[in-house]
This record gives sequence, structure tokens and C-alpha cells, in this order.
Amino acid sequence: MDGSKFTDGSHDALAGEQKIRNFNINFGPQHPAAHGVLRLVLELDGEIVERADPHVGLLHRGTEKLMESRTYLQNLPYLDRLDYVAPMNQEHAWCMAIEKLTGTEVPRRAQLIRVLYCEIGRVLNHLMNVCSQAMDVGALTPNLWGFEEREKLMIFYERACGARLHAAYFRPGGVHQDLPDALLDDIEEWAFHFPNVLDDIETLLTENRIFKQRNVDICVIDTNTALEQGYSGVMLRSAGLAWDLRRAQPYECYDEFDFQIPIGKNGDCYDRYVMRVEEMRQSTSIIRQAIVKLREATGDVLARGKLTPPKRGDMKTSMESLIHHFKLYTEGFKVPEGEVYAAVEAPKGEFGVYIQADGTNRPYRAKLRAPGYNHLQSLDHIAKGHQLADVAAIIGTIDIVFGEIDR
Amino acid sequence: MSEALNELGAYIEAKRPDCVLGWDIAFGELNVDVAPANIAGFIEFLKTDQTCKFATLIDLTAADFPDRPKRFTVIYHLLSIYQNHRIRLRVAVREDEMVPSITDIHPCANWAERETFDMFGIIFSDHPDLRRLLTDYGFTGHPLRKDFPTTGYTEVRYDEVEKRVVYEPVQLTQDYRQFDFMSPWEGAEYILPGDEKGEAK
Repeated sequence: MDGSKFTDGSHDALAGEQKIRNFNINFGPQHPAAHGVLRLVLELDGEIVERADPHVGLLHRGTEKLMESRTYLQNLPYLDRLDYVAPMNQEHAWCMAIEKLTGTEVPRRAQLIRVLYCEIGRVLNHLMNVCSQAMDVGALTPNLWGFEEREKLMIFYERACGARLHAAYFRPGGVHQDLPDALLDDIEEWAFHFPNVLDDIETLLTENRIFKQRNVDICVIDTNTALEQGYSGVMLRSAGLAWDLRRAQPYECYDEFDFQIPIGKNGDCYDRYVMRVEEMRQSTSIIRQAIVKLREATGDVLARGKLTPPKRGDMKTSMESLIHHFKLYTEGFKVPEGEVYAAVEAPKGEFGVYIQADGTNRPYRAKLRAPGYNHLQSLDHIAKGHQLADVAAIIGTIDIVFGEIDR
Repeated sequence: MSEALNELGAYIEAKRPDCVLGWDIAFGELNVDVAPANIAGFIEFLKTDQTCKFATLIDLTAADFPDRPKRFTVIYHLLSIYQNHRIRLRVAVREDEMVPSITDIHPCANWAERETFDMFGIIFSDHPDLRRLLTDYGFTGHPLRKDFPTTGYTEVRYDEVEKRVVYEPVQLTQDYRQFDFMSPWEGAEYILPGDEKGEAK
């Protein structure tokens, strides 16, 4: 409708101002609400979004190509750089794919440590998402509070592996190093204190009038859309589908843990906010359970064998161990020929790694399946008919990080 | 788990013998080889059939095998959240062959097919909008093909004189390091520097 025609067929005398056409704007590539480098071409009719065309790839680093010329172990740190908000969850999928190919059994203590750090990653991610979405719709304080907690969790990362962000802590066959007992105590203390912080953040947001006005009934997702658009994680569950890989296809020892999976009722942005907060509470509970189990499960954290380095002590006395160590970190290990797909329930959804191995020490082809990719892809579908200001809320709720989308 | 997959594989083969070229179970995963012409219909069948109900397209990608007559393998990963099982479909295509798009059946295949086109140069027929996705505007070549160098062909820098970003042919101060880990005793196919003199006499 350009405003010049009426239903009875008559015309307005065309003045220059009345020739209205849709307005195209560039949202990004540098925009604080774009959560990274997203260039979004929006076609607007007044303030209503008619078409949204996301241009991605501004952060494309060719990870999959680089992986083809590196050994399996050298590729591991690349996984950290995908979803840099929750790095260890990605490493987990990579390790699981290799373990599936080689048939490696991970020791129990390592499994528990993985669960512990995956759940820390989930809290890291949801804190970032919930709080920055609040900032996108106008609330500054939650972001500051959220980052304070993230800081504490980062320190737990640092104490486990030395790095605050790019951990490279999960290794094929286990985790790189054991956790000291003091660290477990500190994480437990944090886990007892953290629900109070969540309560505080909730007092700011959950019943906040502005927050609700910006989120309730925005971007409603139904079951059909969720399936057609290939959603996973919170996005899928907000449409009322009970699907969580931790429950449906349990990996590591998730089946031993007692936790609830929140399911959405209305499928709007507000539902997803509430679900993410609840998931954080559940993750905190899993963290506490994991620590109790970790105190009992003492043992090795690596499945000793060709995939993993020998113990430091052995290297001082045994020549074979020394050779093994040298060969492992130069040539790497070889995995049998075949193709596998391993998926984990990353905070954003199903993160999968598909490896095609040709029997050498390098993957012939590696494909990383990022959950945010499908979520962003559907933006045109779900943003249509919303106001321009809602686009910021929608981008916030679909939880995208460009490290994993652009790869 | 693998018993259920065995049953599923046999069921699918019995239902659609025209599409299934072969199937196997490896590492606890069901792989089905499909003919390129039938892929769209087959995925539609998998989506609607009550036993299969593969309603979610997890991933669509490809792999490049330059030595094979059918150079590319297009790989589909499907998931059924109703029946809780996964399947992988493999379609071997020649370099000049087109693959039918499945965007009508699974709208989320849109970007995946664009990316596969971008990275491998595989053309999907009837795709609504087959543009490049991840690479730069105006990029040439298909980076994930095995004959595309990892370093690429062009590099960019900001030019102070022209006050804009300029594209230049890539210049490396040292070669990109592609280590060959094949030991000479296991059948390495190259001549070590210096060995060529030995053959001359």
C-alpha cells in the first residue's frame, strides 16, 4: 500500500510527499543490540518490519577449513572460539565425537568434572543472555550484576585450566588436569550463594513493567515453526516441546542427576527469559550434586592410552612414556576411518560435531553444527510484522553469538 | 539401540526401495545412501512417515573427494524428537550435477544449502535465494574444496593513501605449513630432496 490508491479505485493527486515506499535500513554491522557483527538489512513499512535479511559471515574465520590441516588435538582450541560465552560446552562435543570414533571410555571423575563445567558454562551463557537482553530493552543494572557473577565463574575456569575464556580443558579421553579440593569447596560455596543473586536479578526484571511490555507476546513461536526452522534448546522448549538432549539422549552421567527441564507455555520472549532463569537454578543444583559426587569419585581424570599424554611421573622414568608424549604432541593420535556425529545440549541448543575421519591424525572434514545458526536464519520469519524496536528484543531472545554462526 | 536402528533401516529400505541405494550402521549411527534425483521425495517421506517422523533437519553439509568420479557427497542429518532417533543421508553427486533443494520441506535448509553452495559450489535446484552466505561480498572460489588453498588467494589491508580497504594477492613470508606425517616406511608418495639424484644413474 503506497497510500495513493483507495479501495474504490480513486486516486489522490500525487504530491511528492505522498509517494511512500518501504524504507530499507541497515541494522549493524556495528550495533550494540546486534550481539556481535550482524548486518541486518531491514525493510520497514513505517515502523513495521516487512522483511529481514541477515548478512552473516563478517566473523567467518574458516574454522572448518583450518581444521582439515591440523591434528585432532590442535583443533580443540578452535572449539572454544565458536561460542565464546560458554566455551567448554563446545569442546565437549568435539571430545565426544573423537571418543565415539575411538571407542574410548571416559573415567567417572572426568565425566563428573565435565558435567560440572558444562553446567557452569550454561550459567555463564544464560547470565550473559538474560542480562544483555535486559540491556537491549533498556535496563542497565542487571548486566552489571550478571557480569559480577560471570567474573566469579571465569575465575573457576581459570583455576581449573589457567585460562579464563579459551579453556582447552576437555580433552579426548577426559579432562586435562584434576581439580584441587579447595576449588570444589569454593564452587560449592558459590552455588549456595548464587540463587540469591538470581532472586535479586529477578526482582529487577520479572515483574518489571517496562521489561514485560517489551517482552510479553513478542516473537511468539509455535510448535510448527520450531520444528520447521530446526530449533533446539530453549527456543524449541519455549514452543512447548519437551526435548533436552541431556534427558533424551543422555551423555556422560547426566542420567544420574536430578534436574527439571522448564518448558514454555506461550512461546514468547518473556517465557524464554523465565525459562533461562529457571535453567540457571537447575544448573546450580546440578553443580551442587556434581560436587558431592566428585568428593567420592577419586581417581584418574584421563583414560590413559594412545589418546592421552602419560603421567608426568612416568615420563621421568620411562623412555616409552617420553616417546609417547613427544609423538602425541607432534604427530598426534590417529583415529579409525569413519564418520560420526556427536551432539551436546549446549546452552543455546544442540551443538553438534560431525567428523569424517580418513584414518590419519587429521579430520578429513569437520562440520560444526551451531544452534544459533538456525535461530538467526529464522529471523525473517519471526520478525515479520514486529516493530523495529522489537527486533532488538528478538535478537536478544534467540541468543546468538557470532563466533559459532560464522565459524 | 542398534537393534532399533537395524529395524528402522530395513523398514525404510522396504518402504522406499527406489531411493535407498544402501544402508549401514556404523558407530551406532544409521547411514543411508540416497540417489540424488530422489532426495527431496525421500526426505518428505521421512518427515511424514509415522515410524520415522524425522521432522527436524539438524544439518546439511557436504564433503569433497576430488579422486572420486562423483566428487561431492552431500550429507543430511535428520532428527526425530518424537521417536528419539537420528539418521544420516548421503548423496553422492558429480561436479556438474545439481541437487534438488529441500527448502520446501525443511525451511531451515535455506542457509545450509546456501553455505554448501558457497563452500563447495554445489548448486541446489529450485532454491529460492542461492547467494553466498559466509564469504566476503564478491568472493570467488569455493573454500572448502580440497583444491582451494587454506591461505586463500587474496588478502585485505587498509591503505593509508587511498583511504580504503584494498584487496591484494596473498603474500606469504613462509609457506603455509602442511606437515606430512606419513612415515617413509609406510608408503609415502614423494621423493625426498636429494633422492632424485639416485634415480638418474
